[in-house]
Amino acid sequence: MEAIASNEPVVETNKPVPKNGPLIYRQSGWTRLTHWLWAFSLFFMLLSGLQIFNARPQLYIGKQSGFEFHNTILEIGAENTANGPRGFTEIFGHRFDTTGVLGWSGPPGQETQRAFPSWLTIPSYYDLGTARVVHFFFAWVLTTTLLIWLIAGLINGHIRRDLAPRVDDLRKLPRDIVDHAKLKFHHTREYNTLQKMAYGGVLFVLLPLMIITGLAMSPSMNSVLPWLNEILGGRQTARTIHFTVMLMLVGFFIIHILMILAAGPINELRSIITGWYRTDPPAKHDQPTERSA
Amino acid sequence: MAKFQISRRKFLTASSLGLSGIALSGCDAFDSGLGIGGGLRSFLENANGLTYRAQRLLAGRDALAPEFTEADIRQPQRPNGVTAPDDDTYKGLLANNFADWRLEVTGLVEKPLSLSREQLQNMPSRTQITRHDCVEGWSCIAKWTGTPLSLVLDQAVVKPQARYVMFHCLDTIEQSLSGDIKYYGTIDLIDARHPQTILAYGLNGKPLPVENGAPLRVRVERQLGYKMPKYLYKIELVDSFANVGGGRGGYWEDNGYDWYGGI
Repeated sequence: MEAIASNEPVVETNKPVPKNGPLIYRQSGWTRLTHWLWAFSLFFMLLSGLQIFNARPQLYIGKQSGFEFHNTILEIGAENTANGPRGFTEIFGHRFDTTGVLGWSGPPGQETQRAFPSWLTIPSYYDLGTARVVHFFFAWVLTTTLLIWLIAGLINGHIRRDLAPRVDDLRKLPRDIVDHAKLKFHHTREYNTLQKMAYGGVLFVLLPLMIITGLAMSPSMNSVLPWLNEILGGRQTARTIHFTVMLMLVGFFIIHILMILAAGPINELRSIITGWYRTDPPAKHDQPTERSA
Repeated sequence: MAKFQISRRKFLTASSLGLSGIALSGCDAFDSGLGIGGGLRSFLENANGLTYRAQRLLAGRDALAPEFTEADIRQPQRPNGVTAPDDDTYKGLLANNFADWRLEVTGLVEKPLSLSREQLQNMPSRTQITRHDCVEGWSCIAKWTGTPLSLVLDQAVVKPQARYVMFHCLDTIEQSLSGDIKYYGTIDLIDARHPQTILAYGLNGKPLPVENGAPLRVRVERQLGYKMPKYLYKIELVDSFANVGGGRGGYWEDNGYDWYGGI
């Protein structure tokens, strides 16, 4: 089908709808700047965080780590077997062989015991001290960015206008789920219901939870907010939540990228870099039946 | 206005491309800038100073680390680092059950001290059940008994120009070409005078075992484990890190850890 870039109004229902709607200014400078600061700092926080995890590749539930009692829910390690060293990952008592990626990895012939592999950590070699420097630097960047975004978003109306869920969103939810499952995307100024849930979930739930559980692991902050670990279930539970929220953020990132690829990566990238977004032609909007009648 | 928007747009496009370029160029380039003293690392380390100031502002001088109950003591205190010093001096002191051991208090003090184990244990003591947090990520709850460091400092009368308390230890942590390195570390006077900062000689109701730092170790409850040296024999009041190991304030600090271990 040939592309028709028509500016003429649609007069006949059988005529193919124009492929392009108008370019609109969709993302404000605040949104774009904070988006990239988050992307950048989360990249470094993830890889330095995995390095920090490698220093103690176990997760526990409670106030302390069980050395003489059992409260370990996750362990990544290596063991000697008849077939040589193998890497394993044990979750809630279920053990999986993860040789090559988790527990035992490295170039052929030079494998070593390490929880997350070299290509997933900063620095690539084992260095807890440096990973902490990187992690805490970007923790400040991430937290400051979130605060700036929150203030700017409340003042300029971005949060109320674009993210706050409305009664209407609930009504649209089933249709929205079906559309996403069919990879059928509507390019409009507004976020759809699932987008609001995903972005709102990351910005108002996951990132704050990450910051709170991070602070709960700080012995100095424990003297300022002694009740924090009690709410969270103890310092080691806080560490486990920190790790779990990391997995959820990675999950969000994967879906986010897949959705961008499916919805049109050039247009989506343009809007988050320049702010300008190509919308669907008016006829293709929500109620096609009314318009084509 | 329009001109500004275009330049900002160009700036953002260019910078985001630049950032992804850094990410894609692989981590090797990034690794090389991260060595101690490297420009990139020094820049990133500024955040540690920010953390220190922010946490000091929030916690103040006397906010207490959480204390726990007897029921929370569920296992022996996990030892870490050196657990059986191989140093002749130490082994000699241990053979005599530390009867010849003394704690020296020197440096920027009016009255240098040399305290025996008995003298330390005859001073007022403090017992606290606290959680030990290792920089590696694990935690362990135990009951510690010892002499508040502030009492020792008061007895020695700290000179006004002193800024840090340096701990000298008996255990060799590293054997290098230039000789054995014995563990050392520093804390500032705020933490040194914190009510929970004690020179511990008792653990879980018994004398401090060798693996946990006998005869004396430091407890600094608002910081991580590497800030609490074991096998202590000398406390020196100093005004800078200039003569402390490699100049970053401690053994692990000289190997890349932050001097401030409150996070």
